Amino acid sequence: MDTKKHNKNKSKFSDVLTPVIFIGAALVIWQCVSMSGIVPNYMLPSPVQMVQALIADFPLLMQHSRATLIEAGLGLVIGVALGFTAAAVMDMFPVARRGLYPILVITQTIPPVAIAPLLILWFSYGIAPKVVLVVLVSFFPLAVGLLEGFQSVDDDMVRLMRSMKATRWQIFWHVKVPAALGQFFSGLKIAVSYSIIGAVIAEWLGGFEGLGVYMTRVKKAYSYDKMFAVILLVSVLSLLLMGIVRLLQRKCMPWAYIDKDK
Amino acid sequence: MADVLRANHVAKSYSDKQVLGDINIRLADGELVCILGVSGVGKTTLFNVLSGLIRPDSGSVELADGEPSFRDITGETGHLSYMLQKDMLLPHKTIQDNVALPLILSGVRKAEAREKARSYFGQFGLEGTEEKYPAQLSGGMRQRAALLRTWLCGNKVALLDEPFSALDTLTRTSVQEWYLKVMEEIRLSTLFITHDIDEAILLSDRIYIMKGRPAVISDEIIIETPKPRDRDYMLSEEFLAYKRRIREII
Repeated sequence: MDTKKHNKNKSKFSDVLTPVIFIGAALVIWQCVSMSGIVPNYMLPSPVQMVQALIADFPLLMQHSRATLIEAGLGLVIGVALGFTAAAVMDMFPVARRGLYPILVITQTIPPVAIAPLLILWFSYGIAPKVVLVVLVSFFPLAVGLLEGFQSVDDDMVRLMRSMKATRWQIFWHVKVPAALGQFFSGLKIAVSYSIIGAVIAEWLGGFEGLGVYMTRVKKAYSYDKMFAVILLVSVLSLLLMGIVRLLQRKCMPWAYIDKDK
Repeated sequence: MADVLRANHVAKSYSDKQVLGDINIRLADGELVCILGVSGVGKTTLFNVLSGLIRPDSGSVELADGEPSFRDITGETGHLSYMLQKDMLLPHKTIQDNVALPLILSGVRKAEAREKARSYFGQFGLEGTEEKYPAQLSGGMRQRAALLRTWLCGNKVALLDEPFSALDTLTRTSVQEWYLKVMEEIRLSTLFITHDIDEAILLSDRIYIMKGRPAVISDEIIIETPKPRDRDYMLSEEFLAYKRRIREII
């Protein structure tokens, strides 16, 4: 028993250690390449320069991050609400499923970069086009995940609930929604990273604030170290949000994390 | 004993294939009756008709509604308690919440429903599992919880569709013994589907043999041995005589 526990801890440790070593190695190689001068420094700054740029512009970057996060957050909330509604409607009405699902899939083949300029024409340079783009990119993974979750419910479970005289709404609430939570959170993890990317893309094409705006400015100034710093920041923010989603999932789905040996 | 449930001349077809042809059954108060037949004979279809999930093409289902009158419940759900081979416990609810589900669905407040459910945990051998999730329980314990949930549906009649057939042999025997003991105490009128002859003889007051295509009730066998019976009964001459007789019919 003790050794088993020990092994488990050991494997967990190596789960963390392995990627850390690989990422560390990649950074060291990058640093060496930069310092050796094989690639001109202005084109590929070293990781150390990147971090220095990040620190130097930190207050400004935080201000832009705030704007981007607000856009992404607002878009996500609306995206979740719309995705949930669409999935519920498609689950309850087969006609809606047959009609809407192909449309949803087709909209996903349109690259966000292609519609962003249109959104700016329609909604001007404020926060609106950014939020709309985030809604568009986050809606799909959420709606599809939820719908699949709703549909995964065993027909016999529905029969049993009906024999207990459960209403449609009760079946939805007690059986379908909890059954879809796992899929919902998988969708949400994807949606969260899409949302930051979506907001940044919309900011590129025009705006007053946000990491995308900062990116276009430093690019025009040829400050590639700052460019890389903001790229780093964007991925850190995405990871952070995904971590929050993971925590939320643990909180909302305690039954999925129980130790079955106990 | 007075009847609590009757099915009169029930028939049902799917597309052009007739599954049930003129089925007549009755269940007396406190009685345990098995419907025995090979797999695929239409036992589950019959149960779906009885529970109101499916409407029969002809015939009726009646439930005692204060003697001597009967009420026609053909095609109406919610009058009979239903239990399936799969335990159908919701993985995201604790055992007490799973068991209390029929009460909650009928509008009882959550705290009250839980309290009522918990008061039966001892009798059903489920002490200590209140706060656990279904995944933490063995198959036998899960079926106990499913039976308690069925009981808490509060109907006069329960329909059990092969409730123990998914359990391994050793667990099944002990759950069957436990089941007989609990049934002695709660005296729930029960119709029980099985394809296991031993199980039918061990548990029933009466056995209906269902066979043919379309399926009909071909024979009715009354098991005279008083209950509760234990597993030694399954080795007795009497038991074997019943078994021989049923095997000849099926």
